Order: sequence, then structure tokens, then C-alpha cells
Amino acid sequence: MSILINKDTKIITQGMTGKTGQFHTEKCQEYANGKNCFVAGVNPKKAGESLLGIPIFGSVKDAAVATGATVSVIYVPPPGAAAAIWEAVEADLDLVVCITEGIPVRDMLIVRNRMKKREAAGGKKTLLLGPNCPGLITPDEVKIGIMPGHIHRKGRIGVVSRSGTLTYEAVGQLTEIGLGQSTAVGTGGDPINGLKHIDIMRMFNDDPDTDAVIMIGEIGGPDEADAAMWCKANMKKPIVGFIAGVTAPAGKRMGHAGALISGGADTADAKLAIMEECGFTVTRDPSEMARLITKLI
Amino acid sequence: MKIHEYQGKQLLKKFGVVVPRGVFCQSVDEAVKAAESLGGKLWVVKAQIHAGGRGKGGGVKVAKSLDEVREFAGQILGMQLVTHQTGPVGQKVRRLLVEEGADIRKEYYVAALTDRTTQTVAMMASSEGGMDIEKVAHDTPEKILKVFVDPEAGLSTAQAAELATGIGVPAESVDRAVAALQGLFKCYMETDASLAEINPLILEGDGNIKAIDAKFNFDSNALYRQPEIVAFRDLDEEDPDELEASKHDLSYISLDGNIGCLVNGAGLAMATMDTIKYFGAEPANFLDVGGGATTEKVTSAFQIMLKNPKVKGILVNIFGGIMRCDTIATGVVAAARETHLAVPLVVRMKGTNEDIGKKILSDSGLPIITADTMADAATKIVAAVK
Repeated sequence: MSILINKDTKIITQGMTGKTGQFHTEKCQEYANGKNCFVAGVNPKKAGESLLGIPIFGSVKDAAVATGATVSVIYVPPPGAAAAIWEAVEADLDLVVCITEGIPVRDMLIVRNRMKKREAAGGKKTLLLGPNCPGLITPDEVKIGIMPGHIHRKGRIGVVSRSGTLTYEAVGQLTEIGLGQSTAVGTGGDPINGLKHIDIMRMFNDDPDTDAVIMIGEIGGPDEADAAMWCKANMKKPIVGFIAGVTAPAGKRMGHAGALISGGADTADAKLAIMEECGFTVTRDPSEMARLITKLI
Repeated sequence: MKIHEYQGKQLLKKFGVVVPRGVFCQSVDEAVKAAESLGGKLWVVKAQIHAGGRGKGGGVKVAKSLDEVREFAGQILGMQLVTHQTGPVGQKVRRLLVEEGADIRKEYYVAALTDRTTQTVAMMASSEGGMDIEKVAHDTPEKILKVFVDPEAGLSTAQAAELATGIGVPAESVDRAVAALQGLFKCYMETDASLAEINPLILEGDGNIKAIDAKFNFDSNALYRQPEIVAFRDLDEEDPDELEASKHDLSYISLDGNIGCLVNGAGLAMATMDTIKYFGAEPANFLDVGGGATTEKVTSAFQIMLKNPKVKGILVNIFGGIMRCDTIATGVVAAARETHLAVPLVVRMKGTNEDIGKKILSDSGLPIITADTMADAATKIVAAVK
């Protein structure tokens, strides 16, 4: 078991025919059951053609109907990325993973509000992961996104983080000491996004094949504190927590659009304090994440 | 991206928010001419820099005669203005705004910003205008009113009126305050702002509502479709090293410590800075080299870090994914040679082609210290600079 995706997931790639999309689709195909999972690409100008052995359709809806795919991954460049998310939502997919970095915040605000209104009006709930995220992977089954597959190993530890390379760091440490991962999820570095730490923690809590979780956060926004409060009341599994940015100055955007201290609750110290209060085993030394997990399981 | 007050007021005016009549000036003579053309008996001479707190630092003065306009403009232009946002060195004043005086009866605070929790635009208003709003939020949070606006539906008249009456705008001026709030919201959305703040928004004796200040911040992801905003960019107000870094597609921020760091990925870059601190030193910068680092990019990164005279050592931390460790290692060796690196360098590499990368480093003959973990790397660089 795992969360969100497994070896039977059928995936549509939006933006597959672009340079980035093609490069990563090939890597995803090469990983575990990827050949069988990546079943469709979308490009209205190339409908009927195929690339990497994957048929291309004119729209997400056409692709979903023809292949039964329920998940899409987006590599569409920023100006069209929010529209690509909306197209996937209107096609009633279960999950949309948006890798694209640099989408204007206004576009994300509008698409998120449309998604909420659609759901409130009785429409299907489509989950969004990202944007500006590495994607997610269930080791030895399927990877959707841009993470290096070979550092992963199948196992029972969940990993969730906003950052890409910091997720890889946690995964690399786990694999090195012989602990595998159930699923590793990157929620993305943008201020307006889809799934948050709290949503992923809920899923790990319900997943019978996840024993413990490494939850990694960073400065800016309320996500980590929200998740910590929820975990305090509900989480049945041990958690190791780390927050990046203890040394980040206020008012400066630290690479990620969402990594910005604009008030006291945004700081790494404040988040670490709440996580500790809520029963997490927190560390200020990111080299220790995996080693701390071994003490908890 | 930030802009100046006078530019912010141009934007607000375009969206129907009333602002004082004013003229942008770059010399004392221009300032006096501006005051003459504005007429009246009272003028405000305002330093234009991107930092807040200009009044307290002596960058805003009220002139009661043209002679005073000349005097104040002379004092302010060219001064090194220090505010709580500029740091101790301050910022050189190169631009002025000369405005007609205002008949201030009451000062309010209004702002638009993106609210991450509700994923809407928060319109905020307070009766406590002219004050440091963070202090108001901390001491008397009940004095800050908020409504959350669906970005497509826009700020309704009812919502705007609720804010205006809530902060005590008198009944006869509520319509004018509503227009100001709706103008601010529209301006925020259409310019892809990430913050639009008017502090203070004033009530004048004749019942008019006017924006006396304007502070804007824009979403850098959206600048490609905002040529008018991009044209407002003032490079004199930006950190020269950060500017140079952005030209090389590097994300760089200078800090106060003495250990330079070069990392791939924003989260890992922050974690690396934190690890340096955890092991007893302070980072000199944040630097995310991004996903597609080339030898040229790594060399530029080294050059930018080394321009900082405080840097006594460099820590490179790379988690190779799509970017391979051997590519980075080649870049690091070339950069160390090109810059004639004279400070200790610790390199920690993990992931794709890690072994080939390490071999390139050791074969280079350069005194590069390698490390296995982030803790190991931080310990080694801290020891090397002591």
C-alpha cells in the first residue's frame, strides 16, 4: 500500500511534447512500472500522433475517456499552467500533479477558487499537488515527477516536504540506513497550492503500510502549524520534523515564492516550537532526520 | 518587485483612487518649479526610496514656503536615508516627490494582500492609520478588520462599505471610501501585486478620501505580462550582488556571516545555512544554483560569493538528481581555478554520479575538502575558517 498512487495508476502527461515534459516522461517510464502507468499525452496540435510510445490526445478529457487514466502530471510552461490544471479538473480526474515553477499567484488564486466552487456545487473533488513541486513517488511502483528514482527504496516511512532537494535529502538518508519509503510527496514551494502537509499527514495516518513520517517544512505560511495541530489530536504514528530557514532573514523571499517571513508565525523557530509542542521529534540538524526515525520505530 | 511611492500613486490614480497632486523630481530646481506649478501655500517634500519609515528618518518634510521647498529638497536629495528597513548604512536618495499639502482630519490604514489560508485576497482596514501596522496587529488586533474576497467576484460594494464603516469613516464619506477600496482591490488584481498598502488613507476637512502613501510589491512570476510595472523598476534600489546573481539565473541573498554556501534547491539551501549555524558559524549568503547548473553558472556563483569580503570559506552542498554530481564537480573545479580560490572549500555531494564527482574533485589537485553528510560538511568548514 501507499498513498495517492501505486503501480496500477494510469497517468496523462500535459505538456509531454515539450522539452522538459518529454525528458521527465522518459525517466518516469524507465522507473518501476512506469511503462504501463504513463498511458497518454496531451497536445491539441498533435492529437493522433505518439511520442515515446505514448499516444497523444487533443484534450485531457479525450485522453481520460480513451485510456481510463485518473491522474495527470503537468509540465506546461507558466503562462498556460493554471489553464492546464483547470482542464484536468473539468475532466474529473482524481489527482493533478503540477510540476511547473513560476505560475503567477493570481492565476493560482483564480483556479483554486474555481475548484472550490465546483466542488461546493456538487462537482467531483479533484486533488491538486503543487504547483512548483517535485511530484510524488511510491518506490518500486511508480514515480510521477522529477525526483531521481534510484535514491528511493520500497518501505514503510512516509516523507512529505515543500522542497524538492530537501525531500531527496531525507529519502537519501533513509535509504542509506536501510529504511524504505511508502510514498514520498513534495507539496511545492508556492504560496497558493493544492494539497498541504495536513492533507498528506491524514493520508499517511490512514495508510496501513506507513509506520512513521518525516515531515519537512520551511519558513512562510501556516501549513506546518496547521498540520502539527491536527497531528496532535489525531496522528497515531511517530513523526520526525524539520523546518528549514532558522537563519533566513525576515522580508526576503528565499528562492521559493512561498518562503517568506512576513510575521512571527512564519519563522522556523515558531514552527519548530509548535511541532515540538504537538509531539513531533524535531531536529535542527537536517543530517539527523533518518537516524531519529530509527529511534521511533 | 518593489516600486516607489510616486509610481504607486500613478497606479492608484489610474484605478480611481484619489491621490494628492504631485510631481516627481530629481533636482532641487525641479522641486521648486514643481511647488510653483502646484500652487498653494503648503507642500510636502518626500524622499523616494523603496524602504518604509522614511518620515522618522528625516526623509519627509512639510514646507510652508518655496524657500523651504528649496531648503528641504536640498537636504533630502543625496542624503543617506536610514530607516528601520534600510539597515545601518541607509539608502541614498536620488528621487523626490513634491506634493500639495493635505488637510488631514483622520488617518486610516487599508491594504490588499494574498491570504494563504483562505486562498483569497484579504482586504484589510484599520482606524489606526499612520502607525506601524505590525504593532497594531500585535497590540490591538481587534482594530484590524478583514474581508476575504473571491478574486473573480471582486470586492463588492457591501464588503467595502462594511470595512469603511467599521473603521469609522463618517457616513457622508463612506461612498468615497468604498470607491478607494474597490479601486485598490482592482489595482491589486490587475497589476499582479502581492501587496498593495495605503498608509495612511486620509479623511480631509471637505469629506474627501485620499491616499497619502502607496506601497506596492509585485509577484515576480507575473512580470512577464506587466510591462508597465517592469518599467517602474529602479535598479539603484536593489542589492547589486542580488541583481548580478539574477542575471545569471541564480537565486542569491546576502547575509551577515562568513561562510558562503552554494546549494541546489531552495529548501536544501536554507537547511545548509541552518546547519552552518547549528555547528557554530553564520552563513554569508543564500544561494540556490537551480536545476540546470553549468560550469559558467557555478563560476558566476563563486565570483558573486567571493565579492563579499567577509567570506572566509565556502560550502558547496549538492543533492544530485537530474543535475549530476560530475557536472557540478567539473564546474566547482573550474570555478575554483578561475577565481584563484584562496579560502577553504568544502564540497558535499550526494545522489546521481556521486562517485565520479568525488573523483573529479580529488583528481583536480586542488585543496578541496570533501564531506559525506551535511553535518560533516558544516563541521569541516566551521573548523577550517576558525
